[in-house]
Amino acid sequence: MSLSRGELPRWVDYGLIPLLNLAAAFLVAGLVVIAVGENPLEAVELMLFGAFGYGEGVGFTLYYATNFIFTGLAVAVAFHAGLFNIGGEGQAYVAGLGVIIVCLALDQFMPWYITAPLALIAGCAVGGLWAFVPGYLQATRGSHIVITTIMFNFIAAALMTYMLVNVFRQPGAMAPESRTLEEGGRIPRLDWLFDWFGANLGGAQLNISFFLALIMSFLVWVLIWRTRLGYRLRTLGQNPTAAVYAGMRPPRLIMIAMALSGALAGMMAINEIMGVHGRLILEFAGGAGFVGIAVALMGRAHPIGIVLAALLFGALYQGGAELAFSMPSITRDMIIAIQGLVILFAGALEGLFRPAIVAFFNAQYDRRRAREAAQASSAPAGE
Amino acid sequence: MGGVSTFPIRTNSHGMTAASETPPNDGPPAGAPLAIELRGIDKRFGAVHANRDINLKVRKQSIHGIVGENGAGKSTLMSILYGFYEADAGDIFVSGNTVSIRSSNDAIAKGIGMVHQHFMLVDSFTVIENVMLGAEGAATLQAGREKVRRDLKNLSDEYGLTVDPDAIVSELSVGLQQRVEILKALYRGADILILDEPTGVLTPEEADNLFRILRQLRDQGKTILLITHKLREIMAVTDEVSVMRRGAMVATLQTANTSPSEIAEQMVGRRVLLEVDKGPAKPTEDALVVENLTVRDRFGVDRVKNVSFTVRRGEIVGLAGVSGNGQSELLEAISGIEAPASGRVLVNGKPLSHTGDPAEARELGMGHVPEDRLRMGLVKTFEENENSVLGYHNAEGIGGKVVIDVDAVRNHAKAHIEKYDIRPPNCRLKTANFSGGNQQKIVIAREMEEDPDVLLVGQPTRGVDIGAIEFIHKRLIEMRDAGKAVLLVSVELDEIFGLSDRILVMCGGEIVGERLPDQTDENEIGLMMAGIDEAADKAAQQTEAAQ
Repeated sequence: MSLSRGELPRWVDYGLIPLLNLAAAFLVAGLVVIAVGENPLEAVELMLFGAFGYGEGVGFTLYYATNFIFTGLAVAVAFHAGLFNIGGEGQAYVAGLGVIIVCLALDQFMPWYITAPLALIAGCAVGGLWAFVPGYLQATRGSHIVITTIMFNFIAAALMTYMLVNVFRQPGAMAPESRTLEEGGRIPRLDWLFDWFGANLGGAQLNISFFLALIMSFLVWVLIWRTRLGYRLRTLGQNPTAAVYAGMRPPRLIMIAMALSGALAGMMAINEIMGVHGRLILEFAGGAGFVGIAVALMGRAHPIGIVLAALLFGALYQGGAELAFSMPSITRDMIIAIQGLVILFAGALEGLFRPAIVAFFNAQYDRRRAREAAQASSAPAGE
Repeated sequence: MGGVSTFPIRTNSHGMTAASETPPNDGPPAGAPLAIELRGIDKRFGAVHANRDINLKVRKQSIHGIVGENGAGKSTLMSILYGFYEADAGDIFVSGNTVSIRSSNDAIAKGIGMVHQHFMLVDSFTVIENVMLGAEGAATLQAGREKVRRDLKNLSDEYGLTVDPDAIVSELSVGLQQRVEILKALYRGADILILDEPTGVLTPEEADNLFRILRQLRDQGKTILLITHKLREIMAVTDEVSVMRRGAMVATLQTANTSPSEIAEQMVGRRVLLEVDKGPAKPTEDALVVENLTVRDRFGVDRVKNVSFTVRRGEIVGLAGVSGNGQSELLEAISGIEAPASGRVLVNGKPLSHTGDPAEARELGMGHVPEDRLRMGLVKTFEENENSVLGYHNAEGIGGKVVIDVDAVRNHAKAHIEKYDIRPPNCRLKTANFSGGNQQKIVIAREMEEDPDVLLVGQPTRGVDIGAIEFIHKRLIEMRDAGKAVLLVSVELDEIFGLSDRILVMCGGEIVGERLPDQTDENEIGLMMAGIDEAADKAAQQTEAAQ
């Protein structure tokens, strides 16, 4: 056999272990549910049904996943270059400026398929710029990217509040939000897709930015593993000294990686503004930027892993909301605790079950070797 | 290029048959008490059979050498003995008792101590604190510290291992740091000491000192296992030597009854040319010109002082010097990695930009085999094929402007693997899983196959086994004969003398002299390296003071 002692088959490494981690998270979460006097099995059923059981639920799950894919990819791209971008939240939020300005300017005159690409470019540019600045500070001044990106989240929040209250608010309106966009500023929902399957999207806000997320996942894979830029980014991330030796310019690469990362995070503004709300509102990023960190960690910074992890978190969000609605003793905060448990077990405690599984496969391996040896000694020798 | 297409590391045709079929184990005399016995040790990593049915007997109170090429399985075997790995099969006996060693704590409990090639010291701690690590004694450090101080004093009296217990480790010389490692092992009660390539980082003087200590330890009852690939050390210090080849133990010899060439033959399975075979150089025009180059480090100290020299096409210029006298900085400045403070570098008559740009240097036709391949020349976590284009990742043959053609890269790597006999021949394998010699071949193949006009080579055979050394030396001579200019930086005088057509000696950041190899000897060069020369002496003192 090609596998040796201590090595795990891929299906174990990428399939069984994550599932075990997930199971452990739910087990502990189940104990919490029991503690508040509810039936955990019933809770799981409600959650699963809420996330996948009917058209609207699936729609909401995929809508949440769309945001998480964007922010997860954003974290992953920076991560491959050895940078930990904590600022996805702020980058997505500020990107909303770019998107709303283009939409407000064009929605009354242009169809959505003209507005959307321009809004996408503007959103990416603003989001990218918001990440580029910490990248620039890191590259030229050595300011730590983790610190600066966190700071930029706060600056983003303050800036956006100011813009909403003082610039975008309609005269006479109380709410700090922009005017509602016309048809030309809205992207199509995916009702037709659900109709194909005989399901009903209902009130869920799933829109074509979901496809954009999938396309970006593929493009990020191409970028990281199939382009010269990706090669440079990975070299920088794995061995900065070798990057210098190879004639790469780390400061430039750091700025490029951060700008790309911010642009990816910024794409979620399209989903929220053009797909869901139809206007710029306060706090529309809603924490998705931070969930993206967990998604990227759990997905091991690989686009396929990120899509799967984003689906999981989308299901947790949607199923959790459903659960909180159906079981009043399980509050919204407990749902967050359950999500936290998933992050804990899938991310921080990733190695929890590994030693036992390795030991199991080693025992299997030894048995097989012993059997082979027995066969070899009974049969006439000869290699 | 293209003189030699493939170079077989191992041929069965001549030389080896007689040696390998003699009964291999004429080891220790029967009845001598054994410190360690290994029986039938077997270990696999994936497709790699690292240890095959190893039997080894180590006599008590002896210095036992283990030699073998890189990748022969020496380190794996010692890691099994020290509990880092568990053997798939086989038994370990310590002082005649069968033992199970599952962790380094088990090994320590059995009286086995290890001094690693790369020290396991906390740089910012004092000697005492380092020795205490893992044996602190109590919740507060005071009591432990006093005990360590007493014990260290006893140990240093007993074995002549003096070292200031309150010195900060990072301020000690490498030789003294190694001494701290040995003291650590002895403090934990080691009777059997394993030393893994202990002289790799030492100056010749420090190495001699180490050997003196090892002999003394043996004479006072310790058993020493010395892993090395330097035959001179084996001959100088060991009582017995076991030779490993491709995961198997092929011979155990009494050092007194053997010769370096016999050991070398056993190691690679054929006769080895310890001398480098080369014709006279036919140098032509200047290819690399270095003019008044000065390199300043970030503390403002001049590491390279106003250095000028040329390397012509068709010659190998050797740069000799004790490690740390500015050679590394000089190489980095020439290759564009560090920007020089002043002076300039010309390749084929064209000057490099002052800001330093390795990509530009490559474009002008400069290849660079860096001194420290893992720190600089390779990305350990990359697949082998990805490293085969490092630095040349913008080349046209491997894709378009944006996208890399992965198949082209892999084919590129496969060509290197075949031509340079890189093993295992798998371009998808992670680079970290190759042995040191093969990693070096990955770098050398990459830099040589781009057909540079100027080749900078830093420590080409550091941590590389004999078979690969011979191969690398041959390729360097071939580069020279193909009309390339080669600048060789090495701390191995043998290598400098064996390969160079001219020798430059560096000391204290300056070039203190130039000699022709047939008009000088190792003594003279050694003295120049040590700065026994008025001007050089002064320069060395300045660096010292600056540090």
